[in-house]
Parts: sequence; structure tokens; C-alpha cells
Amino acid sequence: MSSNTDTVVPNSAAPASAGAASSRGLSTPLAGVRWADILGVAPFLVFAVLFLIIPTLYLVVSAFFDRNGGFTLQNLLDLGTPQILNSFWISIRVSVASAVFGCLAGLLIALAIIRGRLPAGIRSTVMTFSGVASNFAGIPLAFAFIATLGRLGLMTVLFRTLLGFDIYRAGFNLLSFWGLTITYCYFQIPLMILIIAPAIDGLRREWTEAAATLGATPYQFWRFVGLPILWPNLLGTLSLLFANAFGAIATAYALTGSSLNIVPILLYAQIRGDVLNNPGLGAALALGMIVITALANVVYLVIRTRAERWLK
Amino acid sequence: MKRNRAWAWIIFILGAAYFLLPLFATIQFSLSIRRGTLSFDAYANVLESPEFQQTLVYSLLIGVAAIVVGLLLVVPAAYFVRLRAPQLRPVIEFVTLLPLIIPPIILVFGYIRMYNSSSILPLTNSGLGTNVLLTLAYVALALPYMYRAVDTGLRTIDVQTLTEAANILGANTVTILARVIFPNIIVAVLSGAFLTLAIVIGEFTVASLLNRPAFGVYMQNVGANRAFEPAALAVISFIITWAAMGMIQLLARFAPRTAVLTD
Repeated sequence: MSSNTDTVVPNSAAPASAGAASSRGLSTPLAGVRWADILGVAPFLVFAVLFLIIPTLYLVVSAFFDRNGGFTLQNLLDLGTPQILNSFWISIRVSVASAVFGCLAGLLIALAIIRGRLPAGIRSTVMTFSGVASNFAGIPLAFAFIATLGRLGLMTVLFRTLLGFDIYRAGFNLLSFWGLTITYCYFQIPLMILIIAPAIDGLRREWTEAAATLGATPYQFWRFVGLPILWPNLLGTLSLLFANAFGAIATAYALTGSSLNIVPILLYAQIRGDVLNNPGLGAALALGMIVITALANVVYLVIRTRAERWLK
Repeated sequence: MKRNRAWAWIIFILGAAYFLLPLFATIQFSLSIRRGTLSFDAYANVLESPEFQQTLVYSLLIGVAAIVVGLLLVVPAAYFVRLRAPQLRPVIEFVTLLPLIIPPIILVFGYIRMYNSSSILPLTNSGLGTNVLLTLAYVALALPYMYRAVDTGLRTIDVQTLTEAANILGANTVTILARVIFPNIIVAVLSGAFLTLAIVIGEFTVASLLNRPAFGVYMQNVGANRAFEPAALAVISFIITWAAMGMIQLLARFAPRTAVLTD
């Protein structure tokens, strides 16, 4: 953005109407915007209203109405049934666990490839792979983990035949909290690497050198310089990863069918066949999901704006 | 500094193990459909099945449609916001963030409620209408990535000067967009397009709830009914994802720059 404004031809040389309006600093958002410009932006805004905003608001509003169209809070109260509370609880646990673990592992890997003096090609390879793996979610990811840690998966069989250790007899199950968390990390860790790498690049070499000159140990550098600077980024990414896991459904669905009742799967079943026997309750479920992911994203956005100050 | 490198190697190897083992296991599993020997039969079964071909083609078509619609919405919007209406930027950026905040399942739930057979715009009534709805849902899902790609492309060219030059030569706005701006940001547009394709091609939630014969729905069906074919499908779709992302990396080398770089 800024690099452009520096190179712009002065407005006096421009055709009379173009570009001049925006530089006058008019007060209302639409003042000075020409009709042609509005026509250019209008389709985008109409699309956003019709296919993003209204459908979501429609759900939010219908959460407050009963079958006969009367206002009610009963749908929200009905979210308190053990089945639904339990599904929210599992969803939140899986999302928190995979976000925290993805955050830590992603940070360590990013530190290793950026500041660990590894051979030159490794960094770009890891970054490319992260781009692929963070998009390798959904159904195929579930298949990959079934082939790895399922009952007949490669690792399961290797553990059993080589070490005589049956992970399923020891209590592990891919179709469980831990199984889902390990699987989600496959797209959470790469996402973390992609987001945190620029922040780690922002830690200047001079800071490390200055700390070392003042006699700081590596531990002291990270404790008093590195982590405090990365902290907002870490927290922000944590909330982003949380929202990412919370809304995901395809992987869990392909992995567990409907045996693990996370919120999106419950909502999926509700949309397919009204399993809760109450359309309003489905909308309330959706409202619950929107509130939780929106909160997580607001945390991310607020923290990100504050974090950007350090990384100029 | 030997110690310093050791920890990096340990973390890198642990990470590599976590990411490569499932890939290796999947490949190995996909090849072991015959007892005691490796064979490509699972792949043959998948590739020869008519459902595979039909659903993949269907998803590709919907993906391409979503890319075209997405570009028609995003390119003019990003262009006008950058050139003449920077006041609208916060609004547009907020909108492009919405698909990250609203999970796909919520979005499609809203569509089903809003555009069902008894609504003003009953899109789910016909197959064509539902295809349109699916396409628009994918446009929405890809919006954050598409907008960012196009906006990044616009940042690397000198929009103002190009527009003025075209104006002086007598071009109207549509001509400027289609024949001056678009060719200049084609690389950015293509990387947005490939990212969209990577997101859309195996998408399950929306397609399944709209009852469309998409590739993701097909994969889920195979997963529920077969043992070795799902692993073959996972390998195939990993390759598709890799190809799409690889194209983006490749394209980045050809990006034109007409903006004078100040740094």
C-alpha cells in the first residue's frame, strides 16, 4: 500500500475526476465515490450480504423463535441438555488441545528451521510442505491416519510386532479425544509454522547479539527478549488454531462416523435429519458455534493488531 | 555452537517423522490390497470407477465456476477500493474475514434455511439451482484467499498510472479491467485460483449437506465401505493438493512488477 502512494502521479496530471476525490479526506465513507466505482464494488457487497451475512443472521435470529413463530429463549436453554453440553465440552477440549500442541510444536519447528543453522534447503522445503499439509485436511487426512494409527494401521502393527506393544489394548483409540487431537495436529502445526515464521524472522539478529554482549544466556534471551516479543503472536495464533479446529467437521466425520459427538457432527446430523427434533434447537446450536469461533477470532484480530507494532 | 545445532536437528527429525510417517503408511497401505505382495490394484479400482471420474470432474467444474465468479466479484472490488475508494477498505476487509469466522457448516445451514423450496429465492428446488448454491458457497469459502491474492497482485503493479494511461488512450473502465489490469495480475490471480481449487476439490461438508455428487462426498462413501481404496484416494488427493500448491510456488517466479519499488 505505502509503496504505491509514493509513486502515484500527482493528481493535477490525472484526468479531472479520477483519483482526486479520495485525497480530499471527505467525512462520510461514500462521499466522493463515483457511480462507476460503486458499481464495481456493489456485486461484491451484494454477494457478501446475500451469501454470508444474511444466512448467518437468519440462523442467529431463528434461534430465538419456536415452531409457531413466537419469541422464545427455550432453544438456548435447551442447549443445556447433557448430550449437547457434552458435545461442546469434547469439541472445546479437542480444539484447545490441538491448538496448544500445534502452537508449541509449530513454534519449535519454526525456530529449528529459522534459527537452528540447519542446511540451507531445509527451510524452504519445510515451508512448501507446510503450505501443502495445512490444506491437506478433511476426508483424505482421516484416511491417512486410519492407515497409520487405525487398528490395522502401519504404526499400530509395527508397535505390536516389533515391540510387542498393542496401543489399542493400552487404551489408545483413533476414534477418541486423543486420536482426533493427533490427527488435527497434522493441519494445525503447518498452519502455525506458516503464521509464526515471519514473526521469528522479525526477531533481529542485533537483539540476540546485544543480549549476548550483555552476558545473557540463551535461556535469558528467550525469557526476557524473544518470548515477550513473540507472545502476542503466539496467543493470537492460538486462538486462530482453536477456531480452525472448532469448525472442522470432515476429518472427524470420516474418522469416527458419528461415534464421537463433537458439535459440528451433532449439527451435521441435525441438519440431515433433525435428530434433536427441534429446528430452533439446531439454530441455537449454530449460534453457540458462531459465538465461540467469533470470540476466538476477535481475540486473534485484536492481538494481531497489537503485535504488528513490533514487527515493522 | 554444536549443542545449538543438535536441538534443531532433533526437533526437525521428530517433526519430519510425524509428517512423513502417515504419508508413508498411507502409501504402503494403499499398495497392500493383495495379501503378501504390493500392487496398484487399489489405485486401479479407484481410477476405473465411474463415480471417481464423474465426481472429480463435477468438483473440478464447480471449482472452476467458483474461481470465475470469485474473480468477477473480487477483481473489480479490489481495483476500485485500491484506486478510488480507499474509505471502503475496512468494510471489504471485514467481509473477506467473515468466511474464516463463520464455519462452513454454519454457512450451508443458513443457505438451506434461506434458499429452500418455500423461500423467495428457492435455489435448492432444482439441480441447477443447487449447483449454483454450491458454487456460491465455495466462492464464499475461498473469498479470504482470493481477495488477498488479488490485492497482493494489485500492490505489485502501478494501478494508478496504468489506469491513467489507458484512460488517455480512450479505454473505458471495463476495457481497463479486462485488458490492462487483469493481464498484469494474472500470476496473482492464478495463485488465488489454485488455492481455491485446493480448498474446494475435496470439500465435504457443504457438498454433502446440499446432496451434490462431489468428490469429497464420494471419498467419504468409499471410506465407509472399502478398506484399501481410501488410502489410494488419500494419496491421490495429496498429490492434487501438492500440484496445486506447487503451481503457486512456480507462478510466483513469473510475477510482473510495474510498480516502482521504494525499498
